[in-house]
Amino acid sequence: MNGTIENRDAFLKKIAEKLHHTPKEVPEKLHWLHTPQESVYQDYSSDQLVDMMKKACESIHTKVYQTTSKAIARQLDQIITDYGAGKIVATKDPRFTEFGLTEVLEKYKIYSWDYTDGHVTIEKAAEANIGLSICDVMLAESASAGLFTDKNKARSVSLLPETSIVIVPQSLIVPRLTQAMQMVEDRVQKGQNLSSYINFISGPSNSADIEMRLVVGVHGPIKVAYLIVSDL
Amino acid sequence: MPMKVGNQPFFEGVDKAIHDSFMVNAVSSAQDGLRGRKLSATVGDEALGDWEEWRSSGEEIRAHTLNHLDYYLKQLSDNFSARGGHVFFAETAEQAREYIKKVVKEKNAKHIVKAKSMVTEEISLNEALTEEGCEVLETDLAEFILQVDQDRPSHIVVPSVHKNRQQVRDAFKKLGYEGSDDPKELAGFARKTLRKKFLQADVGITGCNFAVADSGSICLVTNEGNANMVTTFPETQITVMGMERLVPTWKELDVVVSLLCRSSVGQRLTTYVTDITPEPDQEAVDSPKDYHLVIVDAGRSNALGTEFQSALHCIRCAACINVCPVYRHIGGHAYGSIYPGPIGAVLSPILGGYEEYGKLPYASSLCAACTEACPVKIPLHKLLIRHREKYVEGGGHPPIMEKIAMKGFSIGASSPFMFKTGVKMAPIMLKPLVHDGSIPKGPGPMKPWTHGRDLPEPSHDNFRDWFKKRHQEKKTSQDKGMSEPL
Repeated sequence: MNGTIENRDAFLKKIAEKLHHTPKEVPEKLHWLHTPQESVYQDYSSDQLVDMMKKACESIHTKVYQTTSKAIARQLDQIITDYGAGKIVATKDPRFTEFGLTEVLEKYKIYSWDYTDGHVTIEKAAEANIGLSICDVMLAESASAGLFTDKNKARSVSLLPETSIVIVPQSLIVPRLTQAMQMVEDRVQKGQNLSSYINFISGPSNSADIEMRLVVGVHGPIKVAYLIVSDL
Repeated sequence: MPMKVGNQPFFEGVDKAIHDSFMVNAVSSAQDGLRGRKLSATVGDEALGDWEEWRSSGEEIRAHTLNHLDYYLKQLSDNFSARGGHVFFAETAEQAREYIKKVVKEKNAKHIVKAKSMVTEEISLNEALTEEGCEVLETDLAEFILQVDQDRPSHIVVPSVHKNRQQVRDAFKKLGYEGSDDPKELAGFARKTLRKKFLQADVGITGCNFAVADSGSICLVTNEGNANMVTTFPETQITVMGMERLVPTWKELDVVVSLLCRSSVGQRLTTYVTDITPEPDQEAVDSPKDYHLVIVDAGRSNALGTEFQSALHCIRCAACINVCPVYRHIGGHAYGSIYPGPIGAVLSPILGGYEEYGKLPYASSLCAACTEACPVKIPLHKLLIRHREKYVEGGGHPPIMEKIAMKGFSIGASSPFMFKTGVKMAPIMLKPLVHDGSIPKGPGPMKPWTHGRDLPEPSHDNFRDWFKKRHQEKKTSQDKGMSEPL
């Protein structure tokens, strides 16, 4: 159902008049003279991207682990223990099963997000020590996990718990924001469904608002860890 | 006046500010830190390629978007509403406030949480909603501190930069805080206090770093996670945007977000870059069910089609503020506008008029550091000069004495006799004021000058006499067959 639009005609007419063109004038097809974003990190191999991402993690207070698809269950088990286990929530994502992580989820009695449970899901996330997600794209330059959230891959999971652990399939690592934005733009152009909440998260929440002193951990997670899994 | 900070005249504010040594130190140290980080993340980041190319790209994108603003705003509103969101175009701050009040009333909302937004400061939204009986909570740490302490922002990226940790602790005591002045403990208190408020809130209000026209999306660029809380738990989301804050597609969003993060705080990306597209009919439990977008003009259109249009290219990174030598000495509050620094001195007169903000363009040494720092190449110092010209041409109401003095100078300078007499009289007239070869305290229009520095004593010689004398000497030498004097 369409929403409403109020006061638009007069508002836009005034702008068109000020800009000295007729209302509804359509700009020429976009053609930019300057596109520096397209030429950075162009020849990087997948391994180079992993290295760049690991380096970027150093400056955003984020621990990064690397494993193979065979060893992922053992490695995740270890990370969960390292971060104090306790109550854990995970997004509802078929990739947990594909990576063979069902046993780990069961071992730690991890609550798999179920929107049909209603508001209680948010309470579970708020009480949890760890939130577990799998990213949809990873930006190597800034070590940003792109999460295309929906009713199953819920945004609360990477927001409310004190620790956020994000699994990063190596095949999803791209050089920078440019490639991720192109992915989204392609969906827009094709009229495909768009996640209502696309979140690029680079490490734990932080603030330097008091005397410019960096405080890590404000409203979102206090600790963030990435687990890269080679799936190529 | 919604944009206005304090009630004192500009020069009084400046006098007060330059004597506030804590503030001046805090501001200079913040400027140094932010400027250094910006340089490392821009010209200093070799992997990024030529930073000038990035700036040119930003300039090109912003200029194109503003030149076709009506087209892109139509596209944005069509796409936002096609996904079920509601769009309201507000020509004035009052219209924006009234619409938001109406939505809040319809929802019977009492608890409102807000993410940092300069445009909501500009339209005095908090006051309007509080009058309606709502609890309105700022959740950005700096804005939260200012709200608790009933203070106003002094920087557009770090709004509480003028406050020290003891002042923050004292402010938090009003909420029952008993801890130390350690920033970590103070931030922990804000986390604990606000966590339950996020989960209880009926309405979440945010600003908008950029909207994307071709999908009807809103992009928020933040670090603390509060904006994510504000846009996740309340049932209703209201986004307020300045009408110029949009880009055509996600490809341009990439460039402007990159420019913003690097130029404002020197991060490759801020911790959260969040893109929200309305989806009201979804079954998700942790997302709004009702989306509103309020697009605000409030004086911005005054710049459209004029030489000031490029001021609307601003992406609010504050890079110009962080290099400004005047801001360094007077801080943000002295400007008397929520938009301080070079961009504030350009923007405030456009939005609020010369009557109120006509003096701000004088808060500049015209060193052009701002222009050089701007990631979208706004010619800030040139715009400051144009403002000054328009102000004295009558765009504002310059002080009557200044007007009389300028008029007098104009009459005197256009008559050769009066000019000559004036030049000859100056040393004689000013003689009583001279001490040891300079004038330390001047009267009337000379006062502001001599307040900061001595005025040199006017010379008894003048150019015309010197030139005449030189001409005669040259003629005499030539007559005597001597070489030309140097």
